[in-house]
Amino acid sequence: MTEEQTTITMEKDELLGAVSDFHSQGYRLAQICCTALGDTIEINYSFDKEYRFKNLRLSIRPDEEIQSISIIYWSAFTYENEMSELFGVKIRNIVVDYKGHFYRTAVATPFVAPEPDAGNATEKE
Amino acid sequence: MSQRNVIPFGPQHPVLPEPIHLDLVTEDETVIEAIPSIGFVHRGLEKLVEKKDYQDFVYVAERICGICSFMHGMTYCQAVEEIMEIAVPERALYLRTVWAELSRIHSHLMWLGLAADAFGFESLFMNCWRLREGILDIIEATTGGRVIFGSCKIGGVRRDIDDETMKGIVEKLGTIGAEIGRTTDVFLNDYSVQHRLKGIGVLSGEEAHALGTVGPVLRASGVAMDARKIDYAAYRNLKFEPVVEKAGDCHARCRVRVREIFQSVDLIGQAARKMPGGEIFVKVTGAPNGEFFSRVEQPRGEVIYYVKANGTKNLQRFRVRTPTFANLPAMVKMLEGASIADVPNIILTIDPCISCVER
Amino acid sequence: MSFLSMTRNIAENLFKGPSTRRYPKEKREYGLKSRGMIGIDIEACIFCGLCSRRCPTGALTVRKDQKEWEIDRLRCVFCGYCVEVCPKKCLAMANHYSPCVTERAAAVHLERQALRDAADAPAEGKE
Ligand code: SF4
Ligand code: SF4
Repeated sequence: MTEEQTTITMEKDELLGAVSDFHSQGYRLAQICCTALGDTIEINYSFDKEYRFKNLRLSIRPDEEIQSISIIYWSAFTYENEMSELFGVKIRNIVVDYKGHFYRTAVATPFVAPEPDAGNATEKE
Repeated sequence: MSQRNVIPFGPQHPVLPEPIHLDLVTEDETVIEAIPSIGFVHRGLEKLVEKKDYQDFVYVAERICGICSFMHGMTYCQAVEEIMEIAVPERALYLRTVWAELSRIHSHLMWLGLAADAFGFESLFMNCWRLREGILDIIEATTGGRVIFGSCKIGGVRRDIDDETMKGIVEKLGTIGAEIGRTTDVFLNDYSVQHRLKGIGVLSGEEAHALGTVGPVLRASGVAMDARKIDYAAYRNLKFEPVVEKAGDCHARCRVRVREIFQSVDLIGQAARKMPGGEIFVKVTGAPNGEFFSRVEQPRGEVIYYVKANGTKNLQRFRVRTPTFANLPAMVKMLEGASIADVPNIILTIDPCISCVER
Repeated sequence: MSFLSMTRNIAENLFKGPSTRRYPKEKREYGLKSRGMIGIDIEACIFCGLCSRRCPTGALTVRKDQKEWEIDRLRCVFCGYCVEVCPKKCLAMANHYSPCVTERAAAVHLERQALRDAADAPAEGKE
């Protein structure tokens, strides 16, 4: 193991509280990412302080709406726009909401959409 | 008093090697707001992982970026190795370190060139790229490729560098290093360079931290954060301190990168002296099951790879947070209040690698 | 702070000549390890298909029944993975590049193994 990584699971309503805790302790927002696992979407909020890596984990249903953390960490807007465009996660109150224009995608929410027929990378010509 | 205009900047612009678009809301010559938009070259590699064998995917991971390709491959390998609890041979770790530092040198030289180009110093630009060629020759001689190394694999590395060659590399770096020193002196001391970069795009330490900035941009604002201190690869055995500058302006970011070139030369020297013998890889069988966030300090900053596997040959999720993606908010903040003429310089000093962002 | 920081550079360049190579006249020597082109010793191949299954870009096609091995040189990314996995070690990475082509189809290179049982085996089929 090169480093300890702690993951804390939490509920949707605890999100803002937990994130502001990290913020007040001086953590840096390292990344946000989400994973589509069939009928749930798992979202990881990672924070780092002096090389200590902590992870907040949230599992939601695809149709659930979550709060944006960009009011606490302004820079979260890029990640949140990415999540909403590639995975279709509904996020409320992003400070800079691109409303689907951050990336230019041919299909909406390509990372959860069923495989389109054309245009996939491994296909021959 | 004055009227607001929106100036579109990019995706095609002389200073941008790669496509990013910015809407610059300006008042006279001053930028009030900058709104970035990306997605011109998005490749969806994160999705491709569901179709590729996890061992073959190293090659795809390497091609996320054409500059820090080796470090992408290495970060990916580290993530999988961590999940599968593979003990990578020491020698392989040292070789990875050497190649990673070579990438850093060539990346920073390339960046210095591009930066010189952005403020209109053509001859300096060419000089940097000429020097970079020397580093690329070393890379080609040891790995077979100039920018795509293809040398990392899960469980170790594919190629070895024999001791004779290693000595040659250190010697060659000594001579190239002296030449680099003469060129970087221009960046550090020249009047016109300073005139163009000093006091431009200032980002304070608190701001940089709050914006989740990484890499040289963060270190130029006085925050000593260098992911190499996490002690991956052979860094735990090497002596180095993160390069920190206080000013937080474009010139400070330039100085950080200049100093990091020499730090890398030194690290390669240390690694060459301490390199143990032995195997360069272990055989890997089975499939990973678990998850890990792997972090590596790339030339542009800390990259985070999230790998989640469920015991099959195909990974469940592969996610890359590239340093440029983390630096975009900082870039937006720096642009606010800047003059139009400084916009290219400010964008360039975060060392934007848009193809990384659009993995 | 200095004004004439590039002077030394200018002086050097006056006498040193260009750093670039005069290309068509002066060819570049490739290093021994350079990855440039995949070649095959077709007679040693057992058509197991491992190379084509492993190739990350799908550049290789192996037809066991016809004893054919085909590479699309424009798809190949010179990763060398096929060379590594081949059980017979009949693939090799050359350090020079394949010739330029003007259309895609010309980059597809086919090697066919001469039929072993035919006594008067014809010369190795190439296209
Ligand atoms: S892996 Fe080797 S032996 Fe098998 S088909 Fe390919 S070239 Fe032939
Ligand atoms: S070198 Fe790589 S891309 Fe080229 S044929 Fe072999 S496996 Fe495929």
